[in-house]
Amino acid sequence: MLLFPRPLGAALLVLFAPLASAQERPIAWLGAHLIPVSTPEIPDGAIVFHRGRIAALGARGAVAIPADAEVRELGGRVVMPGLVCTHSHIGGAAGADESSPIQPDVRVADAIDVRSSGFPKARAGGLTLVNVMPGSGHLLSGQTIYLKLRRGRTLEELLVRDENGRAMGGIKMANGTNSRGAPPFPGTRAKSAALVREEFVRAQEYRAKLDAAAAGNGEAPARDLRLEALVEVLRGQRVVHHHTHRHDDILTVLRLAQEFGFRVVLHHVSDGALAAREIAAAKAPCSLIVIDSPGGKQEALGMRLDTGAVLEQHGVLVAFHTDDGITDSRWFLRSAALGARGGMTRAGALKSATLAGAEMLDLGARTGSLEIGKDADFCVLSGDPLSVYSRVLETWVEGQKVFDLADPEDRLYAVGGPGASQGETYVSCCEGVSR
Amino acid sequence: MSHATPLRALLGHATRTAALLAVLALPLEAQELFVRARLLHTLAGPKVADGIVHVRDGKIAKVGHRSQIAIPSGARVLDAAEVTPGLIDAHSVVGLAGWLNVPHDQDQVERSTPMQPELRAIDAFHSREPLVGWVRSLGVTTLHTGHAPLALLSGQTMIVKTRGRTAEEDSLRELAMIAGCLGDDARGEGGKGPGTRAKRVALLRQELLGAQAYLAAREKDPAKPRELKKEALALLLRRERPLLLTAHRANDILNALRLAQEFSLELVLDGASEIAQVLPQVRAAGCGVILHPTMMRHRGETESASMETAALLHREGLRFALQSGYESYVPKTRVVLWEAAMAAAYGLPREAALAAITSDAARLLRIEARVGSLEVGKDADLVLFDGDPFETTSHVIGVVIDGELVSDEVR
Repeated sequence: MLLFPRPLGAALLVLFAPLASAQERPIAWLGAHLIPVSTPEIPDGAIVFHRGRIAALGARGAVAIPADAEVRELGGRVVMPGLVCTHSHIGGAAGADESSPIQPDVRVADAIDVRSSGFPKARAGGLTLVNVMPGSGHLLSGQTIYLKLRRGRTLEELLVRDENGRAMGGIKMANGTNSRGAPPFPGTRAKSAALVREEFVRAQEYRAKLDAAAAGNGEAPARDLRLEALVEVLRGQRVVHHHTHRHDDILTVLRLAQEFGFRVVLHHVSDGALAAREIAAAKAPCSLIVIDSPGGKQEALGMRLDTGAVLEQHGVLVAFHTDDGITDSRWFLRSAALGARGGMTRAGALKSATLAGAEMLDLGARTGSLEIGKDADFCVLSGDPLSVYSRVLETWVEGQKVFDLADPEDRLYAVGGPGASQGETYVSCCEGVSR
Repeated sequence: MSHATPLRALLGHATRTAALLAVLALPLEAQELFVRARLLHTLAGPKVADGIVHVRDGKIAKVGHRSQIAIPSGARVLDAAEVTPGLIDAHSVVGLAGWLNVPHDQDQVERSTPMQPELRAIDAFHSREPLVGWVRSLGVTTLHTGHAPLALLSGQTMIVKTRGRTAEEDSLRELAMIAGCLGDDARGEGGKGPGTRAKRVALLRQELLGAQAYLAAREKDPAKPRELKKEALALLLRRERPLLLTAHRANDILNALRLAQEFSLELVLDGASEIAQVLPQVRAAGCGVILHPTMMRHRGETESASMETAALLHREGLRFALQSGYESYVPKTRVVLWEAAMAAAYGLPREAALAAITSDAARLLRIEARVGSLEVGKDADLVLFDGDPFETTSHVIGVVIDGELVSDEVR
């Protein structure tokens, strides 16, 4: 199922593809400390980008600068890939309602206010790509949406499209305690898994009918928006982004993923260090939340600063996420730095805020690192990305500057003050003592 | 020469750690400890490069450059890159609020009536609460903790070390302040409390007037029955304890100042997101300010908060400290070290940021005779770091309270 019918998607692609070609003149930055993430750092580097893509990078002097390039001296500032947040709730995004615990037909894309201050704040944090998700108060709370943080006034301007024009996104699931409740919500963990299993079995049957009809055996089943989305999950077209904290909950996710063959990214993963071997064996990527103290709810008692390090040592692909508003997008790099504090390698920590997240969103070939041909998505920093004293000075998406700390309006969003957060709504599924 | 061992190396060896802990188990009188730092933040004068703190009997015996302090042979020595005084969290609810966040470990507010100044923090402080241990392992040695800013007058606060013994043993002050809140969090539901701002102030005035009348009546007739609530309020009226009033919006801040002036109360302003809009008034009132956590969520009443307010207060010369504040969900507590670090990242000079969680916090809480700086005679509360204390990638490698190494986790 497409977020938008294909012809419309194609039209939008034409409409909004010019964003990339809008950068008609090549831009060359010299004297930057380049952190490509996928290759070693280049202390006195040069990078050229054109039509929204990276055209060249390397040591200064080793990169040919086009004659018509707009050249700028960066004076040692750090240039790294735009940050990728695999789990965000900016834009007041709410997905499923209280009517049932599994709602695959609900699209968070239909509930995002791209004019909310959450977006300029995320740009101020150096973010260029986010996965906006519905909450974790359901076993399955709906379809997520991947957004490039272009300066757009409509959601359509921010969508990320695959080669077929399809707006990319995953599906949000949760187990543990957030998704429990009074009927029709599950009351126990086993019931949670049973409800999920039942739904996926129905999706398997639906897929079988679709496949049969495609092969000329019988009529196609009536369209079922819920099952269509789950079939996309079964076919690997939609990644499951799964909230899970406790080690046994993590193992339950892996069990279900194996049983139904869906692709999964584990999210939060408080007890990840306790299940590192199993996570590594399942090759399940982990997107971690770092909060400043463990607990706040029982399933997060196991939160540790070294979870990223333990998983990294086990060869697991590790990213961090903001879970904005749980943590603020503006200091997302601090999560990577806390990962390093917990023992992650510098390279691993930097990857965890960039390329790892892009890979989890199936966009590792397009963004997340500084490589020729990739999108010109950058953040420019005043100093080392893992230092608390460094500030995001600029954020660029596809060759366009989308945040500039020197701009007073952008600065307001970066530091706060009257007007910076007006009317910002935050939808929490589970805040408070009871659930 | 002493057998100085870098603490981190020492931590790697379980047997040696066990030996160290055995030493620590000796009676306090026998304890002597030398803490060496490549950089010593005394918070009482300039930083000392290659400094040494000599600890004896739980107190600081000497502080100085290594050339000034001889370390006897065989003495126990801890080494660190940087050492600061034990950190002071100027306002927390840790110990009343626990990490589970279920009713049995949430004692920070009681909602049967909106004003309960008689509720004592020491009757609710859980010294072994894991969050106490968590903040201790990140350098917090003193907490100003108590009833949360979730009711008009939620109760009392206390000042307590984070050693994790009993509340009595660890207490620096059993009754520090009386905590209240003028914002939306003090809104009562179902007619049980004040529904508007004006009503909140009206109720407080009525209650304080009642306490004034009570004091007058007791003076006339000492046999008149005691009333605990009014006795607590009398502490405010006699300026024996400050009123800790949480107010974020500019109009709430002005309400707090007005109320304090009317009843001649000593006010400590808490939260104060919009203080930038009413700086002259706050300055004129001369009250101390415990500024909101730097990374507090900016929404609702705190939507105008700025990362640069701490820097502004410093520039303007206002008395202030930083806090971890109250959190209802995750994280269940913030860590004041990191809140100060973020203030430093947004323009507060590093020395001032450190002072906001040590010496300035101690002065604001009036415990500067005991803690907040590394000076002879003060409690031997120290935090050992392997780098710049504020860098996210640095670690706390040791925490000393009253001369005892209470945390050797590398965190």
